[in-house]
Amino acid sequence: MSTFDAQSAPPPRPRAWSGVERALAAVGLSGKALVIAAPAIWLAIFFLVPLAVVFGISLTMKQFGRPPYTPLLTNEDGTVQLTLHLNNYLRLFSDSLYVAAYLSSIKIALISTIITLLIGYPMAYAIARAPDRWRNILLMLVILPFWTSFLLRVYALSGFMRGNGVINQFLGLFGIPPLVMMQTDFAVYVGIVYTYLPFMILPLYTNLVKLDGALLEASADLGARPVRTFLSITLPLSRPGIIAGCMLVFIPAIGEFVIPSLLGGPSTLMIGRVLWDEFFANTNWPRAAAVAIAMLIVVVVPIMLLQRAQDAVQDKERGN
Amino acid sequence: MVKKPQLAIDTRPWRDPAAKPFVRIKNVTKKFGDIIAVSDVSLDIYKSELFCLLGGSGSGKSTLLRMLAGFEAPTSGTIEIDGQDMTHVAPYNRPVNMMFQSYALFPHMNVEQNIAYGLKRDGLPRAEIAERVRELLALVKLSDYGSRKPHQLSGGQRQRVALARALAKRPKLLLLDEPLGALDKKLREETQFELVKIQETLGVTFIVVTHDQEEAMSLATRIGVMNQGEIAMIGEPTDIYEFPNSKFVAGFIGSVNMVDGVVTEDEPAHVRIRSDELGCDIYVGHGVDCAPDQHLSWAIRPEKIVLSREKPEGIHDANVTRGMVEDIGYLGDMSVYQVLLPSGKRLRVTQTNVTRGNPDAITWDEEVYLSWGVSAGSVLTV
Repeated sequence: MSTFDAQSAPPPRPRAWSGVERALAAVGLSGKALVIAAPAIWLAIFFLVPLAVVFGISLTMKQFGRPPYTPLLTNEDGTVQLTLHLNNYLRLFSDSLYVAAYLSSIKIALISTIITLLIGYPMAYAIARAPDRWRNILLMLVILPFWTSFLLRVYALSGFMRGNGVINQFLGLFGIPPLVMMQTDFAVYVGIVYTYLPFMILPLYTNLVKLDGALLEASADLGARPVRTFLSITLPLSRPGIIAGCMLVFIPAIGEFVIPSLLGGPSTLMIGRVLWDEFFANTNWPRAAAVAIAMLIVVVVPIMLLQRAQDAVQDKERGN
Repeated sequence: MVKKPQLAIDTRPWRDPAAKPFVRIKNVTKKFGDIIAVSDVSLDIYKSELFCLLGGSGSGKSTLLRMLAGFEAPTSGTIEIDGQDMTHVAPYNRPVNMMFQSYALFPHMNVEQNIAYGLKRDGLPRAEIAERVRELLALVKLSDYGSRKPHQLSGGQRQRVALARALAKRPKLLLLDEPLGALDKKLREETQFELVKIQETLGVTFIVVTHDQEEAMSLATRIGVMNQGEIAMIGEPTDIYEFPNSKFVAGFIGSVNMVDGVVTEDEPAHVRIRSDELGCDIYVGHGVDCAPDQHLSWAIRPEKIVLSREKPEGIHDANVTRGMVEDIGYLGDMSVYQVLLPSGKRLRVTQTNVTRGNPDAITWDEEVYLSWGVSAGSVLTV
């Protein structure tokens, strides 16, 4: 007779934490609800509440004092009064500075995104096609700059592009007069592209590395030259990676403040700088809040809609 | 009515030494680093043939196919297709199309776009492409599925789309990598005959890679058995099965009983082999390239051995031995007997169940005689 029959098996041990589970159930909570609650509470405290506060401030007026804005709710002799000022938003449309700043931000972010894509795609493609033992090293090199402070890297860039910086000194060796690079839009583009390149490469890489090599062979087999194969097979199949990468670059680039203020000139108009000026220079908190909320609506909402459309297309392609 | 194409099986060009081969593989070797995937293979394939490359995994059959398609370049040797040297021609410039094992259908294109892909690369006018796609969809019986995406199709349907796409450019040579590998058994059998039918209708030369010997036997005009990067044997299915040239081929195709023996008589018209394993002499009714006292192997298929209760006549005092039925497997159409010989060797014997529910059939633990004809087995020296 086997010694390992069912009867000699030990009785099931009580499950760990079952006491906690029962105690929670008594107050109407389950473990599952708690797991979901943790990130939900986190998001509520650090995202929704601040957003609501900013939105609230955007509906007040600037005043001298502390806080530097009028209260939303006033209580006079037991009459609670809610005062909403919409003129912060109206000013955004009537004052051409804001419109120009939004358009300029979108333009700079868009051009930077395109340049990042043009540089990042070949890099991601090369890493995805590299031999296995090289791939992780190359990926590591892409991520490595993150180990250094972002600010330091931007300062280093300015060291390269200064009037007597590394590049101009090098050009000077050949008798080429110094180029003006700092305090121009060019420097801003260099800064944004340099900073956000890894955010483009990583999603593209994860997409391209999954691309089935047999599809490329099938395309060649059917008479397509390499360029045609790239345009007809690789590019359309990497669309999700392209969209993800572009979002990761475009969205933060639009509100970028540090790069334009450190590398850009006075003519580089970006919404992040306008916001900073309103907040710190003019101490106009309500206006700054309105600028931020308007940016959220102008930029994020269309992107969310785009993302949803994209997901729907992908779901359809997968047949779900 | 389509004119019946001239089929390779009707003419058997490989039996005609003057026939010009369509594909000529000459001394092709392929190394990946230190690993030799294909070693000095020479092979001629004729027009309208359905040639099967048969071998286990790592036998080099797929590498050879990929070299024909142009995805790998041979380390040495040449490949000629239709009289032209194709050894270093890029895949997109070859008159060859391939059906991939995974089908490799483009997931972002529908069935029609997949089939039209190769035609568009040729710059054909739109109307002609549409017409050709329609014909191909009809050929593979998918006329109603043109606008479906690959993921909306079943495995068998995908296989047919892949075939239609590979045939679209009317290639001179079609390469098929495990074409039925991803299908279940029933679908496989159906598709197998469909594939042969399409090949016969179009008269295209097919080279099929497979590890499934049944598939190779039923599809092929000729089979090339590959082992460790080399071609072990090339021949028609009956040659491969009935007249294997080596122990490897005999063992790889079908089931076989193999015994060791020593040559005792070596005459031009017959050979006698003494086998202690069998417990009797083997009389072979034809000359064999061997020497007296040579140790060699003798292989016989299970269906070539006859079981009987009475001692049969025997031939020249040989080809009869006795044993005990140890096990019987009833398969319906036939039964498989495992017979234990006094030497401890077990032989596998199959008998067709001719009589319905035969009550007098040979049964377990019975002493039986086993006998065979003078040319029932193969003498194998390698």
